[in-house]
Amino acid sequence: MKDHEFADPGDPLPELPGHSSRGRLERVLRAGQFAVTAELNPPDSADPNEVLERARVFDGWVDAINATDGSGANCHMSSVGICALLTRVGYAPVMQISCRDHNRIAIQGNVLGAAAMGVGNILCLTGDGVQAGDQPEAKPVFDLDCMSLLETVRVMRDDSRFLSGRKITAPPRVFLGAAANPFAPPHEFRPLRLAKKIAAGAQFVQTQYCFDVPMLEHYMTRVRDLGLHEKCFIIVGVGPLRSAAAARWIVTHVPGIHIPPAVISRLQGAADPVREGKQLCIEIIQQVREIPGVSGIHVMAYRQEEMVADIIHRSGVLKGRQPWKKLRTETFEQAAAVAR
Amino acid sequence: MPVPAAYEPAGTTYVRRRRSRFTVRHWAMRHSRSLETLYRVFAGTLLHLHPVWKAIGYGRAEKSMVPVERAFKSFMFDCRMCGQCVLTSTGMACPMNCPKGLRNGPCGGVRADGHCEIEPEMPCVWVEAWKGSRTMVQGDLINVVQKPVDHSLRGTSSWLRVTSQAAAEREAVDKP
Repeated sequence: MKDHEFADPGDPLPELPGHSSRGRLERVLRAGQFAVTAELNPPDSADPNEVLERARVFDGWVDAINATDGSGANCHMSSVGICALLTRVGYAPVMQISCRDHNRIAIQGNVLGAAAMGVGNILCLTGDGVQAGDQPEAKPVFDLDCMSLLETVRVMRDDSRFLSGRKITAPPRVFLGAAANPFAPPHEFRPLRLAKKIAAGAQFVQTQYCFDVPMLEHYMTRVRDLGLHEKCFIIVGVGPLRSAAAARWIVTHVPGIHIPPAVISRLQGAADPVREGKQLCIEIIQQVREIPGVSGIHVMAYRQEEMVADIIHRSGVLKGRQPWKKLRTETFEQAAAVAR
Repeated sequence: MPVPAAYEPAGTTYVRRRRSRFTVRHWAMRHSRSLETLYRVFAGTLLHLHPVWKAIGYGRAEKSMVPVERAFKSFMFDCRMCGQCVLTSTGMACPMNCPKGLRNGPCGGVRADGHCEIEPEMPCVWVEAWKGSRTMVQGDLINVVQKPVDHSLRGTSSWLRVTSQAAAEREAVDKP
């Protein structure tokens, strides 16, 4: 590394042929390495330090940090704001965009703004319904859906134009992602829906929480039959469960998360459910890693973020590789000295 | 509780729709194959009548066509008059009945029993659409990515738009 690279840790990587972005996540995935991403719990605060503190627990363990966009229809700091803070210190964020709260005009503006601030990855989501959150009286927007959102951003990037056809002078260089849920009906349609998302522009997908590995294997078999794993990087969502009661609450209250009864009874019978939940998460990661076509894991440890580093370490998925780490040095001179 | 006004079907209200025990929409999805055939014949007839529409003027024809289309499609499919009908690509299930208005497939929130996450008593529009599409001749159209809704076409006649476009295409083929 050269000295000047420390002047701005958020500097994008040099451009490579065939790459859509100048970010680290795409680079890791295209190099064939097993990628690790994690979800940041957005603060209910205007203090930038809270974001940076929450990101610090992932330091050196993940290739990208997801900034959620009002997940569960609850209001938190915006994903654009979080991403702006993260890129300032050099972290690689995945900016989530949900169609629930913005119309196409706002979304396209945010994409340009985010890319200008160094965001290299965008995850296109439909978003939970407003009834899921604490402000169910809000007006749901859903002007675009995740599919047309993907296509919109892809056209902005590849054809340098807005949805209207108007020219963009510098297109947003972003790696495009989508969500997938292999655990919800209609099961036969899910792999085809993934194919549709790839056609619309998805280059990677992050899945819903996986607690049922056989179900994922079944889905992946179909995905491989369709050859989709060669066109798109599949990153499987995982996370630790805190207790059997928490698992039951998730099943009834959070749409789209499938937890098999065997998992709940295992937590029920455990002397230390938190530890058992963590152990279960590590086991799932190790099983998921072995499924052909899986390119990485996405750890969503809601309110247990401090566990993420240990989960990744003990699962051994990084195989000794260390993702980018912010150098803990006081001054520019010290950083340069470390580099030498 | 959902916000009814945001996804109210044409000609009815959320409350009224919930009260009716028998919804024709579900019947229509179970008979998607015959309705597909019926629509193809109907679309052919409309196209055949292109000179008539042209003589009246598509704009003027629209005035009388919209109430007919609205009444028929509201009864059959709980149509929302988005003005850009995709029923034949979605197993005869109107995607505008999805509380999120998804036109490209189910969201990740579908319940294990195949019901909607927002309206738990309603079967997911896309679970039904998938079933409907499986019996249709051109059922694989469900895999084609749909463009975002053009909200400026809301309340206009989709039938006449399709007809005028088909007529224009036919002329373009004939002329060169």
